[in-house]
Amino acid sequence: MGRFHRHADGTAHDHSGGDGHDHDDDDHRDVGDHSGYDSGPLRVEVLERILGENDRTAAANAEDFASAGVSVVNLMSSPGAGKTLLLQRTLERLASTTRVGIVEGDIETSLDADRLTGLGAAVSLVNTGNGFGGECHLDATMVRSALPRLPLADLDLVIIENVGNLVCPAEFAVGEHTRAMVYSVTEGEEKPLKYPVMFRAVEMVVVNKVDLLPHLDFDLDLFLANLADVNPGVRTVLTSARTGEGVDAWCAWLTGITDS
Amino acid sequence: MHELSLCRSIAGIAGDHSAGHSVERVRVRIGALRQVVPETLVYCWGVLNEGTDLAGSTLEVEHVPAAIDCTACGAHTLLSLPALRCGTCNSSDVVLVSGEEFLVTSLDLTEA
Repeated sequence: MGRFHRHADGTAHDHSGGDGHDHDDDDHRDVGDHSGYDSGPLRVEVLERILGENDRTAAANAEDFASAGVSVVNLMSSPGAGKTLLLQRTLERLASTTRVGIVEGDIETSLDADRLTGLGAAVSLVNTGNGFGGECHLDATMVRSALPRLPLADLDLVIIENVGNLVCPAEFAVGEHTRAMVYSVTEGEEKPLKYPVMFRAVEMVVVNKVDLLPHLDFDLDLFLANLADVNPGVRTVLTSARTGEGVDAWCAWLTGITDS
Repeated sequence: MHELSLCRSIAGIAGDHSAGHSVERVRVRIGALRQVVPETLVYCWGVLNEGTDLAGSTLEVEHVPAAIDCTACGAHTLLSLPALRCGTCNSSDVVLVSGEEFLVTSLDLTEA
């Protein structure tokens, strides 16, 4: 906590440097008029990142992952993009070579976690519905609560299946090494421009349900161009979790994370 | 609806820095690329703080537009869409210079 004090001229500051709080160094600038506070409220400069507390917990998670030698990917998407079916196909392929753990985030029910059990992976469910109608994302504290139920030291890879939502999950770091998202071709070409936080946050976009392309007006090239405008250099892989197309390429990317 | 989570974080920071004083106003700076709806944030602020020490305090949102500088031609472009392309030469070799801010900047306090 910072040290608040008031100067004789009526100005006030809160000195927070070196107190363990995270600050956005790119954004330090003096705010406001520091004269004329002889009466009225005291203005206290803070300049603290809104998600600093979350980021400190994420750093603790990252330390636990590092000491266990496990690689972690935060997998996000809108609801219904096909994350869980893709994960089923992924676990079927990786079970014999890679020890996988899943953190399954859902607002309510264990339906998705149930689909992933019996496929050789350790699954830890987090329901976010205990609060104000259900949190729309996993934050670092929720992921931390899931970790004691995973044998981290015996795993190579942890996949965090985030809550289905194209906005909120991207704001909350959870200690992951990398982020990926599943995007289905039924969602339209323009979404990277409408949901830039998510599309900018990821290193890999899995373009799923490509078996439906012959039946849709979806313009794949336009989608990829919009994606590149928002996130230049992002990796993509075209998949159909239903037919299995492209799932090997996705799995190769995943196992590449564990090698690095 | 992560505005409520954000308000909890903002309230925690305000509590850390108020040193027992009464908080009259909290200023936050939020970039356009953050996809936070200021009106929703302000609404959540009021709901979250009912019956607490922060009840009646004002949340003031400073919205920062997204802007890029072009490495190729040097032009500065304010973005209306999050597409990172120079508005002058259309190059994608650009540097994002604002739009990702996410800070509590200052508090107004009164003697408790």
